[in-house]
Amino acid sequence: MIYLDHNATTPLHPAVFRAMEPYMREQFGNASSSYRLGRSAKSALEASRKSIAGCLGAQPDEIVFTGGGTESDNIAIRGVAHALRSKGNHVITSHIEHHAVLNTCQDLEREGFRVTYLPVDSGGQINPDDVRSHIGAETILITVMLANNETGVIQPLSEVGKIAREEQIIFHTDAVQAVGKIPVDVNELSVDLLSLSGHKFYGPKGVGALYVRRNTPINPPFTGGHHERNIRPGTENVPGIVGLAEALLLATGSLPEVAQKLTGLRQRFEATVLRKINGVQINGRSAPRVHNTSNMSFQSIEGESILLHLDLKGIYASSGSACSTDSPEPSHVLVAMGVPAGTAQGTIRFSLGKDNTDDQIDYVMEALMEITARLREISSVRDK
Amino acid sequence: MQGGRVSGKNRGRFIMEKRTGNWQDLYRKEREEEPKLPEGPILFYNDLVIDHFTNPRNVGEISDSDGYALVGDPSCGDQMKLWIKVKKKKISEIKFRSFGCPGAIATSSMVTQLALGKTIDEAKRLTDDDVISALGGIPENKKHCSLMGINALLAAIADYEEKRGRANPREEEL
Repeated sequence: MIYLDHNATTPLHPAVFRAMEPYMREQFGNASSSYRLGRSAKSALEASRKSIAGCLGAQPDEIVFTGGGTESDNIAIRGVAHALRSKGNHVITSHIEHHAVLNTCQDLEREGFRVTYLPVDSGGQINPDDVRSHIGAETILITVMLANNETGVIQPLSEVGKIAREEQIIFHTDAVQAVGKIPVDVNELSVDLLSLSGHKFYGPKGVGALYVRRNTPINPPFTGGHHERNIRPGTENVPGIVGLAEALLLATGSLPEVAQKLTGLRQRFEATVLRKINGVQINGRSAPRVHNTSNMSFQSIEGESILLHLDLKGIYASSGSACSTDSPEPSHVLVAMGVPAGTAQGTIRFSLGKDNTDDQIDYVMEALMEITARLREISSVRDK
Repeated sequence: MQGGRVSGKNRGRFIMEKRTGNWQDLYRKEREEEPKLPEGPILFYNDLVIDHFTNPRNVGEISDSDGYALVGDPSCGDQMKLWIKVKKKKISEIKFRSFGCPGAIATSSMVTQLALGKTIDEAKRLTDDDVISALGGIPENKKHCSLMGINALLAAIADYEEKRGRANPREEEL
């Protein structure tokens, strides 16, 4: 098996599992209980909060644990929009956000908010000047992702952050695909809220965090007990949170060497693909990208067919689009970048991980050459 | 996953069986079992569909075809070109090329297999359901793919009939 879908999810790091295990066995207490068992769970919870805050340049009391990236995005966007409704009804986001953000913004539109979706250039980046020009008296929230899940393109967030700071507008980022892959510091980015998810960096699924800068107005969408400063009530997932914290420590600790390794691996992969296969474009290649992601469009053939051939050869990747009755549209990210729909249909996202090897990339290369030749032989699209 | 209706019925029956005896263990067993679908079942196609996808029948073009059709559009996700030769009112040769997902390629291939050797009248009566059942079912969200093949076949036949009508308005046989 060759796993090249690390932007979808990653395997749990063995050390993360070891860190979590005691909290699934003997240390099973509820962190809200006042007896000793509860106190040790509480202490692990708070130590985890402190270490996650440390990795992000935040204060411990600014970290709220959640059920994952989607939940963090929902709490941030809905929470701020609802808290500031009396001040204004305008939200700025981008066309290339994850659906956790896009669909939440669309929900706000149904509630009467006005949402501006910023365009991106052909490299997949927004222009910070566009943010500035769209800010009005009614603007209450800016939400722009840090790294795109499909292309890996990193957005110029520090500049957006400066603008948000000057204009005193709350700024959220979905950093789910960036945390653990590039250094992330909430103060360098000038963000007020930041979403992250554990399973994207070798941590457990079903646990994430939301950074909430002190004094950020937020109306929590859920009601319940007094957990997580009322922002996210519910008994804390202590083993998951301990795993999240350990995974982030490991990822930030090994970040330079993993980044270096994967940069080399991807560079070789992309150069070989471009040399050996005709009619390929790599989307977002001209922009700064996280080091693990490569988004390739193959002319004249369709992505899902490439994907199934890869699957039959034991290679796991992801296609930018899925052909089905409900959504025949190609990826909204590629469309926003101006990739023609026909080209976008033939897109595969390869997302590498720390354990991928040169030999694996060689095998994938061979497979891709065979698969593209085979599908092009069948294809009705002949031009080019 | 193939044929949502059937698996839905089976599922209901399976749960009923589980409720007798140690049904908790049956749930556990199901969770731990190897997936039953073909290897690498991310797209939930059965073996026959995978076979038609990896080894599509009748791929190619006919330079002196009697009927030709182009349906679909790559920007919408699938496109098919179909060529037929007709001898004595029967489809004597059929070739296709398709751009599309595995469902589109497999159903294209099956359409050509079903139509080959059929009379024009028989071929006209083929439906997308015939294609799906000949393949042993395809995933629910892929059923629209089989329409493309049928539409291409009907359009190629229409092209043949139109050309033939123009060339030999009275001739019955070719």
